[in-house]
Amino acid sequence: MNRVATAQGRRAERRPRSAGNVIVGFLGELFITIGILLMLYVAWELWWTNIDSAQAQKEVTQGLIQEFGDVVIPDEPEDSSENSSENSSEKEKEETKDYGPAPVTKIAPGSTFGIMYFPRFGSHGSHHPVTSGVEDYVIDNLGIGHYPSTQQPGEKGNFAVAAHRQTHGQVFWDIDKLQEGDKIYLQTAEGYYTYTWYATEVVAPSNGDVLLPTPHKWGVEPTKSILTMTTCHPKYTTQQRMIAYSELTDWQPLDAGPPKEIRDMVIEATS
Amino acid sequence: MYAWIFRNLPGPLWLRIFEALIVIAAIVLLLMVYVFPWLNQYISPFTDSTIGQSTP
Repeated sequence: MNRVATAQGRRAERRPRSAGNVIVGFLGELFITIGILLMLYVAWELWWTNIDSAQAQKEVTQGLIQEFGDVVIPDEPEDSSENSSENSSEKEKEETKDYGPAPVTKIAPGSTFGIMYFPRFGSHGSHHPVTSGVEDYVIDNLGIGHYPSTQQPGEKGNFAVAAHRQTHGQVFWDIDKLQEGDKIYLQTAEGYYTYTWYATEVVAPSNGDVLLPTPHKWGVEPTKSILTMTTCHPKYTTQQRMIAYSELTDWQPLDAGPPKEIRDMVIEATS
Repeated sequence: MYAWIFRNLPGPLWLRIFEALIVIAAIVLLLMVYVFPWLNQYISPFTDSTIGQSTP
């Protein structure tokens, strides 16, 4: 009862509004609404897409690991804090063990075929699934996409992939942090491929030459297997592309377990 | 517009504030889950990481 009385009182107090008043008031609210909607859209792009993408990537990663079968994780001599000389000799032994040339991972069109590990990215490294195709639905939801026109892992030539820089998981956010000696690992059904970073460049978005078997060189027969990563540059724009090149330097089968550097990351991805 | 909506929500003031928050949350969720993913096909200021050849 009290409420009704005050509501009426308030209504009586309000000044009668002219037509101009109503229109201006409505336009003002409309502009504010548009502004809020635009801000929400930016928030969605920069924040919400990361959550969606992380969820989708986790699901495909888990599915893929099941396809790989039981992941072999060899015991690490780390916890048995014995003398360091034995550790280093063991490490040396592991590094020098040669499993021969890397086999080629056959990529079925549209399939998720691998997991890439980036010890340099983030505070503790990061890992993302790799799927065939660079369509929006792949790189928006599934992390890394492989350009189907480029070579397969282990083949001579260019294994080229794309991923987002600032949205949808921010997969290649730290691509500019790669430096001398950094390794990038690819786990597929064929084993662990170790790529060693050697160069990064910034090019125009139209510069498809970076995807050639020998980047920038038409018709040159490739002599080595490389990994090319493409993403947006500078951050928060799509004006240019940052391209990071790495060379295939090592390979070991899944049975041998993950390379030491990514042992913990593989355990994390598997659990 | 918004003043009119707020006045016409049922219940006492505290309930109307609560209702308004629910409505705002519902609209934001609807935008985030359905509208923006759809809009992203047409307007994507930050998302184009591919290069050359048939850029999607």
